[in-house]
Amino acid sequence: MSRPSPARSGLVFAGPTVRALQADDFANPGMLWVERGQKLWSEPVGPSRRSCGSCHADALRGAAASLPAVDAATGRLVNLESRIQACQAQRQGIEPAAHESDALLALSAYVAYQSRGMPVRVEVDGPARPYFERGRASYHRRIGQLNLACSHCHDANWGRRLGPETISQGHGVGYPAYRLEWQALGSLHRRFRSCLSGVRAEMLPQGHPDYLALELYLAWRASSLPVETPAVRR
Amino acid sequence: MVARVRVPAVVRPAEVFVVRIAIQHVMETGFRLTDTGRPIPRNVIHTLAVRYGGQEVFRAELGSGVAANPYLEFPVQAVASGPMVFEWVDDAGIRGSETVAITVAG
Ligand code: HEC
Ligand code: HEC
Repeated sequence: MSRPSPARSGLVFAGPTVRALQADDFANPGMLWVERGQKLWSEPVGPSRRSCGSCHADALRGAAASLPAVDAATGRLVNLESRIQACQAQRQGIEPAAHESDALLALSAYVAYQSRGMPVRVEVDGPARPYFERGRASYHRRIGQLNLACSHCHDANWGRRLGPETISQGHGVGYPAYRLEWQALGSLHRRFRSCLSGVRAEMLPQGHPDYLALELYLAWRASSLPVETPAVRR
Repeated sequence: MVARVRVPAVVRPAEVFVVRIAIQHVMETGFRLTDTGRPIPRNVIHTLAVRYGGQEVFRAELGSGVAANPYLEFPVQAVASGPMVFEWVDDAGIRGSETVAITVAG
């Protein structure tokens, strides 16, 4: 099994303006979502008026660095966003925030930010193995009208230019990330959809099991790179 | 609307210090169309005003050319300890405000 070596964050391939924006915690627009997430985190909601913080004292430092992971209770693969949605539904008794909603982006950015600088380390053996294999397969599968796999760009051609962009190794360690093109924070699954539309392939809904498996495979490829959320990208 | 303001923790009398503010806002230009071709109405923060020490110390009129989540910085001269109040309004009439304490010592 191969992965780009040494692993390099997408930040390395970004231009100087983007790098400067990410480096400045005040100017980085992604921090606005982190700030909003912090407010939501401590807001008592639902019938039992529980806030996230009332159960998770340490704001889940390190959690984002080891997700996706298999949920022991259901045997399903879950990522940060689906974990948050599950806590909203089951522990707070409220309607879970929709994918890509401002609230879910804010909460996931806030939780991931607590792991900033910590190396990504996910479990790919045991019950996670079948999900990992599924992710690996879809990463290498040719798709879309352009008939390209993720690996064609992010394994075989990183460092080369594609139009105005330099292709990176395709790591997801900075997500949710602020993309200048989006003028907003967006999830990793939204980024997948951008790449899929680039090769004119069918797009799946956010949170789809295929995207979760792909996310696990990407996290393994990115092993030891630090979490960067909220990253800034072009 | 979330906003973040940053000022120095303490400033000296008459010191000129930098104030930074970032506001979460779509800053919709009015030039874009929906997927079905309908124009998306302009909605930008058109005015931001800042008061400190009993007077307006900064005012900005923003337009379609400003990117989403605007970020501004400007210098202010310290007069006395007290609140600095930021107020802004967008095309939809939504108002936002934020207050920070300025501490003058030394
Ligand atoms: C035709 C080439 C191409 C293909 C195929 C492609 N991408 Fe990308 N991808 C890009 C470009 C260009 C970017 C933007 C520059 C960058 O960050 O690499 C990008 C960005 C990314 C990023 C964000 C990296 C960062 O640091 O922000 C991820 C993650 C990613 N791609 C994953 C994938 C996955 C998963 C697939 C397969 C489903 C895929 N890409 C297929 C070209 C491609
Ligand atoms: C009533 C208590 C309770 C509340 C309220 C709660 N959680 Fe949880 N949360 C838990 C428990 C218990 C777990 C462990 C879940 C499991 O293993 O099934 C957990 C797990 C998680 C995880 C996964 C942690 C990991 O190490 O992988 C995340 C992320 C999370 N919660 C986020 C949130 C957020 C965000 C909120 C608020 C929207 C929230 N939780 C509200 C009890 C709570």
